[in-house]
Amino acid sequence: MWAFIHKFGSPPWFFRFASTAVRWLLPVVIGALVFGAVWGLLYAPPDFRQGNSYRIIFIHVPSAVVALAGYYVMASAGLVSLVWKIKMADTAMRAVAPVGAALTFVALVTGAIWGKPTWGAWWVWDARITSMLILFFLYLGVIALFEAYDNKAAAAKACAVLSLVGTVNIPIIYKSVDWWYSLHQPASIKFTGETAIDASMLYPLLVMIAAFYGLFALLVLVNMRTELLATYRQSAWLRSELG
Amino acid sequence: MYFDSVNAALTMEGHGAFVWSAYVITFLVLAFMLVQPLLRGRRLARAIRAEQRRQAAELPAEGGGHAP
Repeated sequence: MWAFIHKFGSPPWFFRFASTAVRWLLPVVIGALVFGAVWGLLYAPPDFRQGNSYRIIFIHVPSAVVALAGYYVMASAGLVSLVWKIKMADTAMRAVAPVGAALTFVALVTGAIWGKPTWGAWWVWDARITSMLILFFLYLGVIALFEAYDNKAAAAKACAVLSLVGTVNIPIIYKSVDWWYSLHQPASIKFTGETAIDASMLYPLLVMIAAFYGLFALLVLVNMRTELLATYRQSAWLRSELG
Repeated sequence: MYFDSVNAALTMEGHGAFVWSAYVITFLVLAFMLVQPLLRGRRLARAIRAEQRRQAAELPAEGGGHAP
C-alpha cells in the first residue's frame, strides 16, 4: 500500500502512468459518450409529462454528479498536499479545478436550457442552483488563487485551505432539495429502495454517468501530464522518457 | 429509434432547439477542455525534444577540440 502511494507521488512514474492511461481512456471515453448520447437523444422514449425536453437529463445529471465528486477529489488532494507536502498532490489539485469548473458550467447551462421549457424560466434562485453556482465560484477561486502566487508552495497551500473550507458546500448541494422548497425533484436513483425511473431511461443515464466519470479521469490525467511536461522540462528523466 | 424521420428528431415536437443546443454547448465545452491541454502538451514535448537534439549536437564539439 505504501509503495503504491509512494509511486503515485513520483513524477516520473506518474508521467508514464498518465501517458499510458490517456492512450487507453481516450477512445473508450469518446466511444461511451457518443454511444450514451445517441441512446439518450434518439432511442430512449420521451417522458410522458415533459416530452422530449427531458433528454437533457443525460448530460445535465452526469455533469452535475461528476462536478460534485470532482470537488471531493480536489479537496482530498488539497488535504494530502497540506499534510504530507507531496508535489503530485498540488499538481492533481491544480488539474482538477478547471475540469470541475467546466463540468459545473455545463450543469448550470444545460439546467437553464432545460428550465425554460419545463419551469418557464431560464434561471431561478432555487437552493440547488444557487449552491451549484457557489461550487462554480469555488472552482474558479482555486484556479485564480493558483495564478495569484509566484511561490508555488504558497499557492498550493492557499488553494488547499480554500478547497477544504469549500467542502462544506457539497453536503448542502446534496441535501438542498430536501432542506428547502425547491423546483428540483428529490433524487430518483437510490442505492437503497425503489428507483423512481424506468429502465429504458435509467440505462442510458447510467452509461452517461459512467462516461462522464471516465471523461473526468481523462481530462485530469491529460492536465497533470501537461503540467509535468511544463514543470520538469529541464529534467533528465523527462528527456529520456520522451527520447 | 424513437423518431420517425430526421426532421422529427431535429424538432422533437417543439423541444428540439433546447435539447440540441444543450448537447452542442456541452460537447463544445468538453472538447475544448480536452484538446487545449493535449495541444499544449504536444507543443511542450516537441520543444523539449528540439532542445535535447540541440544539446546532443553541441556536445561532441565541446569534447573533441578539433578546430576546423
